[in-house]
Amino acid sequence: MTSIFMQDGKQTACTIIEAGPCTVTQVKNKETDGYNALQLAFADKKEKHATQAEIGHYSKSATSPKKFVKEFREYFQEKNAGETISVDIFSEGELVDVVGTSKGKGFQGVVKRHGFHGVGEASHGQHDRSRAPGSVGGSSYPSRVFKGMRMAGRMGNDRVKMKGLKVVKIFPEKNYILISGSVPGHYGSIVYIQK
Amino acid sequence: MNAAVQFVHDQLTGKKEFPKFKAGDNIAVSYKIIEGGKERIQIFRGDVLKIQGTGTTATFTVRKISDGVGVERVFPFFSPNVDAIILNKKGKVRRSKLYYLRERSGKRARIKERRF
Repeated sequence: MTSIFMQDGKQTACTIIEAGPCTVTQVKNKETDGYNALQLAFADKKEKHATQAEIGHYSKSATSPKKFVKEFREYFQEKNAGETISVDIFSEGELVDVVGTSKGKGFQGVVKRHGFHGVGEASHGQHDRSRAPGSVGGSSYPSRVFKGMRMAGRMGNDRVKMKGLKVVKIFPEKNYILISGSVPGHYGSIVYIQK
Repeated sequence: MNAAVQFVHDQLTGKKEFPKFKAGDNIAVSYKIIEGGKERIQIFRGDVLKIQGTGTTATFTVRKISDGVGVERVFPFFSPNVDAIILNKKGKVRRSKLYYLRERSGKRARIKERRF
């Protein structure tokens, strides 16, 4: 992440994303596949690390094997297999959605995981319970724990979509895009940007 | 620093030129203030307490004594509102963060000038 100064002198935190160049590796259409989609691939990988099936698939679009593949449905641009899509399709000031995998937080309690407030009091008989979930089942009714009761457990490492993030700046020569605010995931992780 | 961050910083920071200054130096910062649609320049003069950060996010803190009260302001180097910086005096100090000045007042809060 970094930050950028807008024209009015205000500083905005933003994330740098390397968006492309992505190669179109397959064009799906309604007649043959039942739906319209573009399959995009990003980041080269060595041929020795690719399987024969992958090499065969990429040779159809005359590109080298890639690390990441993602299908975008009902895509608005007319493209043929083998063509590239770069950061130019975005413009500054536009709103986009960013999809990624959030950072894994491990096994977390209900306060961090679900925003519970814990048992509020330190006195009146409470002891060592400030981050406890409280009652989960009741004694006479319902006398059981409802399904879906929010409890402690694994947190993070989920698919997260951040909606309506602003494109602040674009560097077409390096395919970098600056997006206002933060995006899901670790540094260096892969995200998808949708218009 | 990450190559991508480095590249973006180089793109964003290329335009401005300031005199080189360090913690302990006495500087005057011309800062643009927009009041009721009008723009004017205010000068903040004091000692540099610290310089921190890299690239576009780098900032410096200036401390002065105004009417017996210590006032500190943090300026980002690459803010479009920082109009100019004038270096008045080079200070003779031994550390890069002069937090100790906050506990001092009067004559003890002075910084010796470095002469060449």
